[in-house]
Amino acid sequence: MDSSKSAIVEIQNLFKSYRRGSQQIPVLEDISFDIAAGEFLALMGPSGSGKSTLLNIIAGIDKADRGVIRVAGVDIGSLAEAELANWRAANVGFIFQFYNLMPVLTAFENVELPLLLTGLSRRERHEHVEIALQLVNLADRMDHYPSQLSGGQQQRVAIARAVVTDPTILVADEPTGDLDRASAEEILRLMDSLVHQFGKTIIMVTHDPRAAEKAHVIKHLEKGVLTAS
Amino acid sequence: MFILKLIIRNAFRHKLRSILTVVGVAIAILAFGLLRTLVGLWYLGVESSSATRLVTRNSISLVFPLPISYKDRIRQIPGVKEVSWGNWFGGIYINEKNFFANFAVEPKSYLELYPEFVLPPAERDAFILDRKGAVAGRKLAAKYGWRIGDSIVLRGTIFPGQWQFALRGIYRGAQKSTDETQFFFHWDYLNETMKKTVPRRADQAGFYMIGVTNPDLAAEASQAIDKTFKNSLAETLTETERAFQMGFVSMTEAIMIAIQIVSYVVIVIIMVVAANTMAMTARERIAEYATMKTLGFGGGHIAGVVFGESMTIAMTGGVLGVLLTFPAAHWIETELSQFFPVFHIKPLTIYLDLAAAATVGTVAGIFPTWRGATIRIAEGLRRIG
Ligand SMILES: Nc1ncnc2c1ncn2[C@@H]1O[C@H](COP(=O)(O)OP(=O)(O)O)[C@@H](O)[C@H]1O
Ligand SMILES: [Mg+2]
Repeated sequence: MDSSKSAIVEIQNLFKSYRRGSQQIPVLEDISFDIAAGEFLALMGPSGSGKSTLLNIIAGIDKADRGVIRVAGVDIGSLAEAELANWRAANVGFIFQFYNLMPVLTAFENVELPLLLTGLSRRERHEHVEIALQLVNLADRMDHYPSQLSGGQQQRVAIARAVVTDPTILVADEPTGDLDRASAEEILRLMDSLVHQFGKTIIMVTHDPRAAEKAHVIKHLEKGVLTAS
Repeated sequence: MFILKLIIRNAFRHKLRSILTVVGVAIAILAFGLLRTLVGLWYLGVESSSATRLVTRNSISLVFPLPISYKDRIRQIPGVKEVSWGNWFGGIYINEKNFFANFAVEPKSYLELYPEFVLPPAERDAFILDRKGAVAGRKLAAKYGWRIGDSIVLRGTIFPGQWQFALRGIYRGAQKSTDETQFFFHWDYLNETMKKTVPRRADQAGFYMIGVTNPDLAAEASQAIDKTFKNSLAETLTETERAFQMGFVSMTEAIMIAIQIVSYVVIVIIMVVAANTMAMTARERIAEYATMKTLGFGGGHIAGVVFGESMTIAMTGGVLGVLLTFPAAHWIETELSQFFPVFHIKPLTIYLDLAAAATVGTVAGIFPTWRGATIRIAEGLRRIG
């Protein structure tokens, strides 16, 4: 890989285990790699291999037991919980397998939600939301509630929500896992364009080889250990 | 604003569940308010009774009378300013269902002793001049559509016969708590009729009402009165009006205490019901709370959303309950006026209602709020898959 100068995510000797009763179950063992800015990275591997755990640690919603993780130069492992929350709000966009939209909010309001944590005025927020919804081609559905949208449309709303704050990295945990092939294609094209047109960095966990095809880099995880990619 | 929108939409997301909870809280608050008002009324008789008025009755029992000659001797006693007397008449208007208090009293002294019964001067004079005149409270007159000059017939029970009166005055209460359902007429009319029909029952007063110059003298004066009639044919028992009322109140105090307990139990029950609803609701929303936290919202935000929802439901019910209290009280006052001549909801009751609703919302919200605020993101998100 290229020099660490352009690395947006730096992972060094990461360990993570869960305690189940008296047993320590290792989930991640000595993970080290960098992710370059503007890269589309796919994390693959069998179920239970630790993909989600690794993604969560990169995204700052879980903590490693040992090791260093720096995102855009910030050692996120050293941040306290409240700092970490602020850091996530500013730096990470999330795309989930099951979209995780607020059912009582419209598409527009769902996209607006993360902007409440910024200092933007109401008018500025609304401008940002409109741009984000246009980007995912859903401007005409902005008043719809999630239950009135198809799975693919909901995931597009979720993508709009993820990009509306213009985060440093986008993380996606099996974003096509709950979609039919056509919708999955659409979502992948959208993510692809985020990388190529807008220079976003995406870290995506997936099972789907078709999804992985879009990625520049594929990392394989096997029982918590990175195997040759 | 945005968060408020989220809270309110969340609160009414499961329409049936929320409506049932709101209605439950409303009914509980309504019951709480009415029961507390009822208890308050019971003690109101005591509160509104005067400390400067004494009541003298036969020491054996209220049903035995006292000689009318006592009035002059009572008047001699130091500290006594005014003496009036009367009999509980117990007359029935048309039929037994139409219960109201009616007394034979000495008009002039009675009205002076009870300034809370406010009569226009013209009506007052007309009443005093007409031996068969009577005065009714405003509510009582309204209930039966009585007008000044109407002829009213009561059937005597303690004093048999058909008694005809001319309504000469309609009093209004000086205070909200004044009973406006009483009916009183000339003691002379009663006495003169008794002289003709049952002479041995003439010249007797059921009780004396005594005004003292100064409340501090009340105890001394009442002792002096009872001492005066010691060892006479009819010994007396004199108490302040307040103590006299208390005698009635204490008989039923146990029931009142029970009602008071019930009023709290009602709130506790709805608290448990609301807490269960909120716990259920919060459990369903754990993934949403975790998602919000993922986006960077803090525990405080989530706590606000969960607690706000609990409060929204409880306070909606509380306000609804308060709003229902007024028509309910009005209904009681008009339809059950023979039992509750005054069923007035005090501002304090409204505050207590709202405080009770807020307590329900707080207690119901505490556990889910704590859960929502402290849920670990990775675990909360896991609930989805
Ligand atoms: N909170 C937890 N407590 C205990 N074990 C966990 C927890 N989260 C994940 N695990 C375990 O860690 C392993 C990796 O999980 P995960 O990262 O979700 O895998 P993947 O996403 O690759 O399917 C699994 O064996 C899982 O059971
Ligand atoms: Mg996973």
